Amino acid sequence: MTKLLNDPAQVVGEALAGLVAAHPGLVEVDAEHRVVTRRGGPTEGKVGVVSGGGSGHEPMHAGYVGRGMLDAACCGEVFTSPVPDQFVAACRAADGGAGVLLVLKNYTGDVLNAEMAVELLAEEGGPAVETVVTDDDVAVEDSTWTAGRRGTGVTVLVEKIVGAAAEEGRDLASCAALAREVNARGRSMGVATSACTLPSTGRPSFDLPPGQMELGVGIHGEPGRRRLPLGTAREVAEALVVPVVEDLGLRRGDPVVVLLNGMGGTPLLELHLMFAEVRTLLHQTVGVTVVRSLVGNYITSLEMAGCSVTLLRADDEIVRLWDAPVVTPGLRWGA
Amino acid sequence: MADLTAFQSWIAGAAAELAAAADHLGELDRAIGDGDHGTNMARGFGRSAALAKEEDFASIDAYLKKVGMTLVSTVGGASGPLYGTFFLRFAGPMAATEDAGVHAFAQSLHAGVDGIVARGKAEVGDKTMYDALAPALEAFDDANAEGASLADCLRAAADAAAAGRDATEPLVARKGRASYLGERSAGHVDPGASSAAILLETAARTLG
Repeated sequence: MTKLLNDPAQVVGEALAGLVAAHPGLVEVDAEHRVVTRRGGPTEGKVGVVSGGGSGHEPMHAGYVGRGMLDAACCGEVFTSPVPDQFVAACRAADGGAGVLLVLKNYTGDVLNAEMAVELLAEEGGPAVETVVTDDDVAVEDSTWTAGRRGTGVTVLVEKIVGAAAEEGRDLASCAALAREVNARGRSMGVATSACTLPSTGRPSFDLPPGQMELGVGIHGEPGRRRLPLGTAREVAEALVVPVVEDLGLRRGDPVVVLLNGMGGTPLLELHLMFAEVRTLLHQTVGVTVVRSLVGNYITSLEMAGCSVTLLRADDEIVRLWDAPVVTPGLRWGA
Repeated sequence: MADLTAFQSWIAGAAAELAAAADHLGELDRAIGDGDHGTNMARGFGRSAALAKEEDFASIDAYLKKVGMTLVSTVGGASGPLYGTFFLRFAGPMAATEDAGVHAFAQSLHAGVDGIVARGKAEVGDKTMYDALAPALEAFDDANAEGASLADCLRAAADAAAAGRDATEPLVARKGRASYLGERSAGHVDPGASSAAILLETAARTLG
C-alpha cells in the first residue's frame, strides 16, 4: 500500500471532513449520511441540483457543490454507489421548495439505489424528484444486451450547465429537459495507462504491463474494451476522438465544448500536451470549432493514469450557461 | 421447520461464510468489476447478523424485513438493493408464521427471487446472481413437488445454486458493470452468483 491513510474503512468520511475544512465558506457536511451541501442550506424557490455516486472520482461530486452547480452531493464508498438513505438525505437537504433534479451516471448500482430512494421519497410525500441518467461513453455498446452506456465525462458538463440554469430560476421540468439534452449532445471515450489501487484492498484494479494501454475504460478502475500497445499522444488522441466524433455525427463547422479529463494520475504536462493534439485533430482533420475547453482532473478514478475526451455539441445557450459564474471547491470561474 | 432462531442462525452463518469468502469474492469481482463485492457483502451481512444481539424481534417477518433494510443501507452498489429487496420480499409470506415449513418457505423464496428479477431485470444467462437463484428455485420446487422435507428441498436448492454459479464462467455478462467488458467478461465466475450460492448453502445448513 502506498496511500496516505489512517483506517481504509474510514477514508470517505475523513476525506469529506477535510474537504469541508478546506472550504469552510462554501460547503457543509452531514457526516452521518456523507452528504455535502451548500453552506447556508437550500435556496428558496430554486430547483435543487443533486448528484451522487461512489467516491474516488474527486473532485466529482462533492467538489462540485456550490453556487452555480450542485446543491448537494452524496458520497458512497470508494467506487460503490451511495445507499438509498444517502440519496434521500441529499434530496431533502437540497430542496428549496421547487423540487430536486437528481443527476446520475448510468451504472447499475447508482440507478438501483437512486430508484429505491425516489420510491421512499414518494412514499414520504416529497420533495418532487426528476432523475436524469447520463450515458455518454461510446466505448460501450448501447443495446438491450448490456446495461447501456456508462455515464462518464459528460456528467461534469451536465452538472455545470444545469446548475447555471437552476440558478437562473428555471423550473424542474425545464432543468430536467436541459440535462437530458446536454447528455444527448455529449459523448466520451477514455484510456488508461495504469490501473488504480482501492484503499480497501490495497491491490491494483487490474494488471497492466508498462507499454500497454486499456482503451475504452470507464471510471471505476475496470479494464477497458481492448488492450493495445501504448502509442504516441497523437495516436492516442485519434483513438479517443474519432469514435466520439463519429458517434456524435459532428460535421465541419460544428461548435464543441471539449473536456480533456485526467483520470487522477496523469500530470497536467501530459494533459495539456494531449489537449494540443485533440484540438489540432478537431480543427484540422474534423473541422469542428472548439468554443470552450476544460483541461484537468475532473472525473477521476483514484490515481489511475490516462485520460478521457468528452465532446459536447454546443450552441449559444449552452455556451452562455457554461460561462455563467460557478463557485465550488472543484470548479470556479466568473465570480 | 424453521423458527426465528433458525433464521437468525442463517443470517449469522451467511455473515461468517461471506466474511471468510470476502477475499475470494473480491478476486472474482476484480476480474470483471472493481473488486469490492466481498467487502461490501461482508459488511452488510455482518451488520445484519448483529441485529439479533441488539434487538428482540417479535416475528420471523419483522426480523427478515429489518435484515432487508439493513442490507439496502449498508451493502451499496447493485448488490445492496438486490439482496435487500430479496429479504424485504422474502419476509412477506412469513407474516403470521412462527415456524416456517416447506410451503411457507417456497412462497417466500419465490417472492424474494421475483423481487430481485423485478428490480434488476435480469434473465437467466445474463451472468448475474439470478443465474444461481433461478436453478435453485426450480430445484426447490421440484423437490417440494415430490414431497421432500424443508431440509431436502434446501439441499437440492443449494446444490443447484452451486451448479448455476459454476455455469456462469463461460458467459458474456449482459447486466451490471461486468457487461462493459463485453467478451472479456467470459472465463470468470460471476461474483454475484457466487454470493447467492453461499447464501443458499448456508440456508441448507441452518434452516433444515
